[in-house]
Amino acid sequence: MGDIVTMDDLSNQDIVAVLDDAERLIPVARGDVYLPLLQGKVLANMFFENSTRTRMSFETAMKRLGGSVLNFTSIGTSVAKGETLYDTMQMIDGYADVAAIRHPRQGAAQYSADAVEIPILNAGDGAGNHPTQTMLDLFTIRQAHGTLEGLNVVLVGDLRYGRTVHSLSHALVRFGAKLTLVSPSTLKMPVEIVSDLREHGSEIMETESLEDQIAGADVIYVTRIQKERFPDEDEYAKVAGIYKIEASDLSGAMKGMIIMHPLPRVDEIDPSVDSTEFARYFEQAFNGVPTRMALLCRSLGIDVPKKVD
Amino acid sequence: MSEMRRVTAIRNGTVVDHIPSGNAMQVIRILRIDTDRATPVSLVMNVPSDKLGRKDVLKIEDRELDQEDLDRLALIAPAASIAIIRNHAVAEKMKVELADDLVNIAKCSFWNCITKNDREPLPQRMRVTSRDPLQVRCYYCGRGQEIDELIENIL
Repeated sequence: MGDIVTMDDLSNQDIVAVLDDAERLIPVARGDVYLPLLQGKVLANMFFENSTRTRMSFETAMKRLGGSVLNFTSIGTSVAKGETLYDTMQMIDGYADVAAIRHPRQGAAQYSADAVEIPILNAGDGAGNHPTQTMLDLFTIRQAHGTLEGLNVVLVGDLRYGRTVHSLSHALVRFGAKLTLVSPSTLKMPVEIVSDLREHGSEIMETESLEDQIAGADVIYVTRIQKERFPDEDEYAKVAGIYKIEASDLSGAMKGMIIMHPLPRVDEIDPSVDSTEFARYFEQAFNGVPTRMALLCRSLGIDVPKKVD
Repeated sequence: MSEMRRVTAIRNGTVVDHIPSGNAMQVIRILRIDTDRATPVSLVMNVPSDKLGRKDVLKIEDRELDQEDLDRLALIAPAASIAIIRNHAVAEKMKVELADDLVNIAKCSFWNCITKNDREPLPQRMRVTSRDPLQVRCYYCGRGQEIDELIENIL
């Protein structure tokens, strides 16, 4: 089956193979080369929760490869009338060849994968996993450093509710990364995730202060503190705006260090950083296209040619 | 007096032996034993045991535990031994075995799990990720479940 629900669905070898495919698909992602590998195939974009980048980059990825897309939103549909996820997915099973699903409830992607025959790509489930984001993050890291092995990665911000950092940290420790987790105490990485990470034998450090971590970092991965994930407004107010990186904070950074962000950002990365050599978040957003192309091909059992031109 | 004879022997039913000391009340809950019912349930707590140091023993009259009961029991008494009694004699002995995959044993405790919608038709599923110490996670959302919560959420 071609389901990708968590990063556990991909071995390290699979990850490297997908990133290699994505690398070759860059000219197709840019629209410079037309390669209709997925002609006649239909992707169902099942977005039960809003998304800009993820939904659009899936759509672009599919269309650039000659496939077509069904876009579903839950507003004003059968879901609003009380349809179960199971029933909605049964319908899609008959309409599409592959589905990308985003859902506010955690576990929705695994549930969907069990409910239907077609491959399911998890595009974010509650505060759970977001493996296609992780793949594009890994792609961006490998592009900058030439390797995924043994990097010093600092994860900053909302590590409790931020699903991108959950999937990413799982993947990074498999490649021997040393992780530093920077968050306010109320937004720490969930204990079961930290215990999983340590089980891999990785060095994991948790701290509330970002300042001391900049100099030793190969990658600083910043996340937004997500207002919509807080059960309570007061709790959000206490931690909003706690980390803010400005260009002047980066004078001690190593050459080649990169700053990433899954976007959208609020104020955690000042626009002054955009023009520095460290900023990678806009390339990162573009990288969603070739990476998702490679993942769609993999899920549909289509080989990406060794030479694309 | 034999430790097993602290309470009357039963005629028909089930003896659950080698329950970790202090867990007998939880066993009663996890097996959904209706304490209002007319047939007797005998409970022995904190008796010496070669195997466990101290143990609890439960005798349930007129009920034979089945495999589903044993799967649930495994969560809190993984070393328990079960004897089915018929006409005062041991008719069958059973061992508790904790499966890797617990299907429809307990509901996930996480408020935002997809399975919180009671109308969703797929079964509740938990995965045992560690046996000692016992760690159980929801198969769908991945959240770790406290043992007390599992008992609370037994189906």
